[in-house]
Amino acid sequence: MEIPYTIENRPDTGLFNAKLGIWLFLASEVMLFGALFTSYILLRVSAPEWPHGSAILNVPLATLNTVVLITSSITMVMAWASLKMNNFSRYRMFMGLTFLMGVGFLIIKSIEYGSKFEHHLFPSNSTFFAIYYTLTGLHGLHVIGGMIVNGYLWGPGSRMWKSAPERFTNRVEVAGLYWHFVDLVWIFLFPVLYLL
Amino acid sequence: MDQSHDIKKHVRTYIAVFIALLALTMVTVAVSYLHLEVHEAIVIALIVATVKGGLVASFFMHLISEKKAVYMALVLTAVFFAALMWLPLFAHSDPIMMNHVP
Repeated sequence: MEIPYTIENRPDTGLFNAKLGIWLFLASEVMLFGALFTSYILLRVSAPEWPHGSAILNVPLATLNTVVLITSSITMVMAWASLKMNNFSRYRMFMGLTFLMGVGFLIIKSIEYGSKFEHHLFPSNSTFFAIYYTLTGLHGLHVIGGMIVNGYLWGPGSRMWKSAPERFTNRVEVAGLYWHFVDLVWIFLFPVLYLL
Repeated sequence: MDQSHDIKKHVRTYIAVFIALLALTMVTVAVSYLHLEVHEAIVIALIVATVKGGLVASFFMHLISEKKAVYMALVLTAVFFAALMWLPLFAHSDPIMMNHVP
C-alpha cells in the first residue's frame, strides 16, 4: 500500500503528512527544552549565588559555534532551494556543507567540554555545571540526530531524487525544519548560558 | 517543478536574514561586554535572541507563509510554553516552597 500524502497536500490540513508530523514533533521539542529552561530559571533564582557564564565558559568558542550553526541553517535552506530549482549537484554541495558544519559544531563543542574536564569541572561540581551540561548535552544529541538524517539525505537517501523528486524535496524540507529548530534552540542557549 | 523565479527571490531573502543573524550575534556578544546590570543584560539578550529566533522561524522555517494547521498547533504550544515559563515565578513567590529550598 502506498503511503498517502507524501507529495500532494491533504485537503483538510493543506499540508503533506510529513510536514504536519514534523511540526507536531517540534511542538513537543519546544516543551522538552521549555521544561529545561524553566528548571534553569528556577535553579538560578533559588541559588544564593550564580556564576557569570563568561567567567567560566569560553565565549569566543561559543560565538564561533553560533556562527557555524547559523551558517549551517542557510546552507540547509539553500540545499532545499536548489532542489526546488532542479539543481541536484548544488543540493549535494549545500547539504554536504550543512553536514560538515554539524561536524564543526561538535568538534568545537568537544574542545570546550575537554577543556572543562581537564579542569575537573563536571556536572557534579555545581548546579550551574549540572544544567550547563544537561542543556548543551541534549542540544548536542539533537545535532547528532540531525546529522544522521542529513547524512542519509546527502548519501544513500538521495537516490530518491531520480525516482520521486518532489517526495525527496519534501523530505529535505522536513529535515530542514528540524535542523533550523536545533539552530533556534542554540540561539537561546548561547546568551542564557554564556553571557548572562 | 520549475519555480525558479520565486525561489530565486526567496534566496535573496535567505541571504539577508543570514547577514542579519550574524550581525545580531555580534550585538549579543558586544552587549555582554558593556557589563550592564543583570536585569538589563537579561532583557536585552532575550530581546535579541527572540528577534533572531523570529527570523529563523519566519524565513528559514517559512512560518511567515504557512498553513493554518501549523499555526493552530503552534498557538497551542505557545500557550503551554507560556504556562511553563510562569511556573518558576509561582514557585518563587510561594513562601512555603522557597523556605524549603536549601
